[in-house]
Amino acid sequence: MTRQERAAWLFAAPVLGIIALVFVLPTLLAFGLSLTDYSIYALADWSNLRFVGLGNFADLLSTPLFWRALRNTALFAALGVPMAIGASLFTALLLHDATVRWKPVWRVALFAPYVTGVVATAVVWRYVLNTRFGLVNWALAQVGVAPVDWLGDPRWSIPAILLFVTWKVFGYNMIVFTAALAAVPGELMEAARLDGAGWWTRFRHVTLPAIGPTLLLAAVMSVAGFLQIFAEPYVMTLGGPSQSTTTVLYFMFEEGFKWWNLGQASAVAFVLFVLILALTLVQTRIGKRYEWL
Amino acid sequence: MAVTGKRARAVLLNALVAAITLAVLAPFAWMVTVSFMPRYESSRYPPPLWPSRWTWGNYYELLYRRLIDGAWFDYRIVPALGNSLVVATVSTLLGLLLTVPAGYAFAKLRFRGRERLLQLLIASLVVPGQVAMLPLFLIFREIGLVNTWPGLILPSLAGIFAILFVRQATLSIPDEMLDAARLDGAGELAIFRRVVLPLLAPVTVTLALFMFLGSWNDFLWPLIVLADQHRYTLPVAVAAISREHAADGELMMAAAVVTTLPVLLLFLALQRYYIGGLLGGSVKG
Repeated sequence: MTRQERAAWLFAAPVLGIIALVFVLPTLLAFGLSLTDYSIYALADWSNLRFVGLGNFADLLSTPLFWRALRNTALFAALGVPMAIGASLFTALLLHDATVRWKPVWRVALFAPYVTGVVATAVVWRYVLNTRFGLVNWALAQVGVAPVDWLGDPRWSIPAILLFVTWKVFGYNMIVFTAALAAVPGELMEAARLDGAGWWTRFRHVTLPAIGPTLLLAAVMSVAGFLQIFAEPYVMTLGGPSQSTTTVLYFMFEEGFKWWNLGQASAVAFVLFVLILALTLVQTRIGKRYEWL
Repeated sequence: MAVTGKRARAVLLNALVAAITLAVLAPFAWMVTVSFMPRYESSRYPPPLWPSRWTWGNYYELLYRRLIDGAWFDYRIVPALGNSLVVATVSTLLGLLLTVPAGYAFAKLRFRGRERLLQLLIASLVVPGQVAMLPLFLIFREIGLVNTWPGLILPSLAGIFAILFVRQATLSIPDEMLDAARLDGAGELAIFRRVVLPLLAPVTVTLALFMFLGSWNDFLWPLIVLADQHRYTLPVAVAAISREHAADGELMMAAAVVTTLPVLLLFLALQRYYIGGLLGGSVKG
């Protein structure tokens, strides 16, 4: 072993060891766990543990609440990703305009919600969204809209939480898009302008292809993020009303750490993993087709 | 005509940005003003934006331990604040100690299996952390780490993202610089300390900020692994109170201020590094 090699292992081995212990090993064990009936009885005594094959997965398929959680999570992602990415792109484009002043100030202010914790801001938003005394309904009343029971009406609970999530996360991709927009070649933009291309044509044919890869990466990460929504319903709605905000991860948490069905919960975690992996592959495939990657 | 049109557009766009920013910051502003309102004042329509009388009462109620019917009572926010501070500081320092040298090794030191390991690390980014959480809880239970500081901090040290982040930043250091130091007879440790670390200082600050905020805001794992209320970190403690005191608007806003203010101040102080780290030097001013 060369001196360099010895140093490299000295530098890398500790963290690789920790990664192996707290991430790789448990991830492999998770699959094994999902094939057992690990429950509160096994928690008390290992001898109560039985191998059940794919039984947990079969059980899940016949659990209505699991399907409900899947549907809710799909709704969160399908509505949330365009909403959040749209807000990020809109503000990034706005801040990219040459006539806008004090850009660093706006950037810091719009980014601020991202650095704060979900729990504390969810607590604040529960009051902002309050039916009788909240700021949102008060603002809507100014334009003549009747009060909406944001967190108490199953039809509005997901949009309400998405409003909060978008507020909290859009600043991150706004900054990412700002960096991508700055890299769009200026000469190309000028040439398009001289050719008489309008704002939309320039956006469609110059800006969009240039920021395509960044946009795709942001979409992939956002999909993964929205599929992992947990703290927001935990704090704001407890998964309700009438289970309208019970997400896959919320379901997993309740199964695993409220009812101690850790085998079943592991199966849920695996379904989530497979979903994220599949959606990531589909998105990169689409990206390749449009030559964004 | 063209000039006034341009002028009008500039005014319009600036006004739009200002309006959006105002709307985004409004919840924070309201959080602060409501936290200083007398009890139940915010439960009124139209929602008051300004306290009729400024009071520290909610903070006193939230933070002070007091005797009620012969028993000590408090919301355990002050201990939770201390716990969060210690946990976030320790996991940031240990995280830097572990990942910065590793990131450098993956960028600049030649060792067998490097490319293979790197590919594995990148591939592992698609595995959501929650998959590992259930078995990890059982492993920690077997070795007695549940409800302990090491049990809370250890998972946050598996900084795959941090290693890749440092590696990326280190790639821009020219090899000639390191080779020159080697020709001068410097050992690998000395090269890392005296040549590489000073160059990585800004990146390290950015990473430290990411790590500190990540640990401070972390919720799911602390919720799982901490059973004892005295060990709760701030988010877990605030979530516990909020589930019981949902109607106490002013009190909960004070709890939100206590939780968010430290990170907002830290972010404002170091925003140059945070946003700069994300922008990657592509945007000036």
